[in-house]
Amino acid sequence: MAALHLNEANFEEEVLKSDKPVIVDFWASWCGPCKMLGPIVEQISDERDDVKVCKVDVDANGSLAEKYSVMSIPCVFLFKDGEVAGKSVGALPKDQLLKALGL
Amino acid sequence: MKYDVIIIGAGTAGLTAAIYVQRAGKQALVLEGATYGGQIVNSPEIANYPGFKNISGFEFVTALYEQASALGMEFKNETVTEVTKSDEGFIVTTTVDKYEGASVIIATGAKRRKLNVPGEDEFAGAGVSYCATCDGMFYRKKKTAICGGGNTALDDAVFLSNYCESVTIVHRRDGFRGEPSTLELLRSKENVHFLTDVTVDSLTGEGKLSALNYTDHKTGEKGSLAVDGCFIAVGQVPDTEFVKDIVELDSAGYVIAFEDCRTNIPGIFTAGDCRTKTVRQLTTAAADGTVAALAAVDYVK
Repeated sequence: MAALHLNEANFEEEVLKSDKPVIVDFWASWCGPCKMLGPIVEQISDERDDVKVCKVDVDANGSLAEKYSVMSIPCVFLFKDGEVAGKSVGALPKDQLLKALGL
Repeated sequence: MKYDVIIIGAGTAGLTAAIYVQRAGKQALVLEGATYGGQIVNSPEIANYPGFKNISGFEFVTALYEQASALGMEFKNETVTEVTKSDEGFIVTTTVDKYEGASVIIATGAKRRKLNVPGEDEFAGAGVSYCATCDGMFYRKKKTAICGGGNTALDDAVFLSNYCESVTIVHRRDGFRGEPSTLELLRSKENVHFLTDVTVDSLTGEGKLSALNYTDHKTGEKGSLAVDGCFIAVGQVPDTEFVKDIVELDSAGYVIAFEDCRTNIPGIFTAGDCRTKTVRQLTTAAADGTVAALAAVDYVK
């Protein structure tokens, strides 16, 4: 399943109230490493049924980036039960990303 | 299986080498610990590569990777830990497996040098950054510092000064190695400040960075600069630690080789920013990849 693009309006519903753990990739269209990570995040979305995979465009959703103190992108969070359970900064290969998130 | 050429590093040099190896009818294995592409991925715009008026680093390396893949390059996302000699070539050990190659090209490039001060790792991604063009926008209307005195530091300072409330250039000397014209531009900007002839002692904060602490060389006095962000541009280090026991490195860690890309060990070649040379550009990385690949192909013939 393709990653779900989030905004300030649906973040709470899709992430904080999700039954499944949620991977959230904070990215921007001008960020090269974010574009490198994009297909890797999509691949995880296709392969893993046990997690939900979402993306947040920081240009369009500055308040979400600020709320989670995103100061370097790509920045990937793992949310469990509405709480941040893992974080990874920078473009990493799939295995390393999953490991960094504790998945 | 034994590969003709094992290429370590999938930046511009390594991927160019793979193209030439494959086109010569030989088999290349490319090993890369990170995502492919190398440093140029961070560049939003490349305007000095012949044939392209303007292309992003991401588009450039993706095209390069697809070109090498279409030619049959084998690619594995594995970090190389050691290269040793075998009876008929070389054994390249990664964190996952071992591979045998008739020849090896070291194309691991260079990465940003760290300041090596307390707090630097702790606040990475939470105030400490090595890429102003990537992360600058998160510091809009905030106080930032840029550490370094070369062109990268000065260019980063110009970039940041367009967004940030203030930019303080922190440098260990009074003089700058960077372009005088850039320096002049920075001196004319009201929101740019200079803190020179100092040593950075630590980066501190709670949860995220809030201060850069330093010692003034002239007076010996300690001071603290309130910052939301600290960008670090204090040069580069080659990624060659893992081959120091097999090939000759210079005192800074670069693999010693001339324009022919041959190291002191027959069968091991080097290409790109990790090689001893004066000009490190995308074009010279591609040139090295070409030279090293053709030399390796000739060696395994």
